[in-house]
Amino acid sequence: MVEVQFRFREDEAVNDPAVTVDAFAAQTNATAVRIEPGDDARDLLPHLDRLSLVEVSFPAWTDGRGYSSARILREAGYKGEMRAVGDLVIDMLHHLKRCGFDAFAPDKALNDQDARTAFDRWENVYQATAVDGRPAIWAKRHG
Amino acid sequence: MYKYDEYDQQMVDTRVAEFRDQVRRRLAGDLTEDQFKPLRLQNGLYLQLHAYMLRVAVPYGTLNSAQMTLLGDIADKYDRGYGHFTTRQNIQYNWIKLEDTPDILAELAKVEMHAIQTSGNCIRNISSDQYAGAAAEEIVDPRPYAELLRQWSSFHPEFLVLPRKFKIAVIASETDRAAMRLHDIGIKMVKNDAGEIGAQFYAGGGMGRTPMIAPLIRDFVPLDQLITYAEACLRVYNRYGRRDNKYKARIKILVHELGRDEYVRQVEEEFAHLLTQPIEPPLAELERIKTHFTDPGFEAGASDDLDLTDPDFRLWVERNTHAHKQAGYVIATVSLKPVGGIPGDASADQIRLMAQLAKDYSFDELRVTHAQNIVFPHVKKADLYTVWQALDAAGLATANLDTVGDIIACPGLDYCALANARSIPVAQKISERFGSAERQAEIGELKLKISGCINACGHHHAGHIGILGVDKKGLENYQLLLGGSEGADTSLGQITGPGFTEDGVVDAIEKATEVYLANKQGEERFLDTYRRIGMAPFKEAIYG
Amino acid sequence: MKILTGNDLKTGAVIWWTGVSWSLDVNDSADVGDHGAALAAREEGARNVVGAYIVDGAKTEEGVRPAHIKERIRALGPTVRLDLTLKPSDPAAADWVI
Repeated sequence: MVEVQFRFREDEAVNDPAVTVDAFAAQTNATAVRIEPGDDARDLLPHLDRLSLVEVSFPAWTDGRGYSSARILREAGYKGEMRAVGDLVIDMLHHLKRCGFDAFAPDKALNDQDARTAFDRWENVYQATAVDGRPAIWAKRHG
Repeated sequence: MYKYDEYDQQMVDTRVAEFRDQVRRRLAGDLTEDQFKPLRLQNGLYLQLHAYMLRVAVPYGTLNSAQMTLLGDIADKYDRGYGHFTTRQNIQYNWIKLEDTPDILAELAKVEMHAIQTSGNCIRNISSDQYAGAAAEEIVDPRPYAELLRQWSSFHPEFLVLPRKFKIAVIASETDRAAMRLHDIGIKMVKNDAGEIGAQFYAGGGMGRTPMIAPLIRDFVPLDQLITYAEACLRVYNRYGRRDNKYKARIKILVHELGRDEYVRQVEEEFAHLLTQPIEPPLAELERIKTHFTDPGFEAGASDDLDLTDPDFRLWVERNTHAHKQAGYVIATVSLKPVGGIPGDASADQIRLMAQLAKDYSFDELRVTHAQNIVFPHVKKADLYTVWQALDAAGLATANLDTVGDIIACPGLDYCALANARSIPVAQKISERFGSAERQAEIGELKLKISGCINACGHHHAGHIGILGVDKKGLENYQLLLGGSEGADTSLGQITGPGFTEDGVVDAIEKATEVYLANKQGEERFLDTYRRIGMAPFKEAIYG
Repeated sequence: MKILTGNDLKTGAVIWWTGVSWSLDVNDSADVGDHGAALAAREEGARNVVGAYIVDGAKTEEGVRPAHIKERIRALGPTVRLDLTLKPSDPAAADWVI
């Protein structure tokens, strides 16, 4: 199990063992899945109702496929915990959150204060991701 | 031109604070170089051959005089008194200190400038036609669309760690002055049969070690779906672009390996899905941006007369000016390619002088071209001689636009850590060999482009004549290519044969121009003659 | 000889390992023998240098000369701007680079 350092959810943390995307379809009692960078997040769409934890793995933070995986699941209506796991860096936390992540389990603990600053750094954003509840600057301009 | 509102200003100010914090953590040892490097690159800060290099963004190549003045001041205050204008319409400084960089970014932010995403595996500065808003032949001004895309692509959370860098160009005229189809995404604004403006998308072009011309992927994207469609293109690339080999990671390889049709199918599927998501800005936002790009207060009925009695002025007018959409006005290009000079370099004083001239005579506006020159987009013909005299006194009136002397060259091994050979000395020798105005006039339009390595920053594949520097057993060696073009008739150059020494390649180019002049029919340019007669006669003259 | 070069972390200046510290002048370079990698790691860790790497070179009567043109240009400065080289405006400065 990985250590969650930051969590932005009120509900009880789910810590069921996460299985691979391939195994998830077959294991009908599984509720947690781990998405690797090469996995197609859309394979999970038929099973969203029994998912309560999605771990998205970042073996290297410079591989950005997990950002799309998370956003795709949120766009499809997944409401459970979306946990970024692996090589996380402070400067990307904000962007991960914008793609629908709400829990963060870095391999190595991050400086708490620097991370909090990073989460809160951007008061406004240029785009709507439609999964983070934040209005884009264009929406504010044309309120 | 575009003016920041409080939100835009807040975004760049926040970025300065973020980068200041990153530099602090780097210098304190909280970030290793491996961790810091991708972060500094997203702010345009490289570690080059001699020092840190900072690349400042000039969105779609448009600047006002206050911004240009500051670029000169930064060259004096933080660098060594000069800057280098790049083939992506940006400017870079070669001798920057890491510890100064946050302060430089803070100064830039005060004049609505930044270095955001000028490097790194993200969507880069968006390039455009340097004559936008001034050329007679354009359908619309492409810059509002480029600005809309600039805002969308700035800190786009899903697309900050793409497989590789991602370059977008937007044009709106049949004459392509931005090498649009040699971009990851090329966008051409078009009018459909109903008279509506929309965007034509090309994807998967690029230079580098595997040059590709982007195929058309969609004929018409309505303006109220522009961002959504771009998002679909990027998402498919982010998910499926190769990450196992950095040399195969550009979108051109994905489009090539999937095939254009399969890439289009995937994009259309993603597009249909994303249209269900509330991510598209309202058209009112585009209209708001457009209000920043209205025509300046042209003088109605300005005279079209030009006194061309001064022969040097006449030559410059013939070579370096372009028709303006407004009667009595002209578009003037300042060549940063003096004979024997360093292509794209300008001293701090020259930068400030161009700023002042733009303020006095071009409605406060300048453009940077991908051919590393500077444009005054709106000069009244009555003022043109005064402008030329001031340029001439500062060594900025070289009359060689689009001729053999107007060479695109990357910094090469004199500055660049990736280069295999020097580019600048080759450019200098060629411009000296063909230095006389008569000779340049005789040869006419000839686009010559030099890269110091296979990454092709000097666009050698797209030159009528291209030169590629390679390392041959520790010695600089130069391959010659013929027949490339980056305009509406984009083509990729072919290698002539074995490479040359520095002097040898200059001789070979001279022989190639002799073949052209001997075979030229009518008004043919070098490229036209090459296309008609093929490689063989050139090869024979060069190697025979 | 083996030479260790890199850039000063704060200023970015090209620097050469002298055996005890870093110098702006290639002629101060020491032969690092087999210790280059360990030295580079130590000095990077101490944040004295960034991008440190080892190159071949030779000690000549004129001074230390890196084997490859790339590092000779690093040592001198851009060959097209001799006014910016270590010996400003010395017309002979480029002779040993190319």
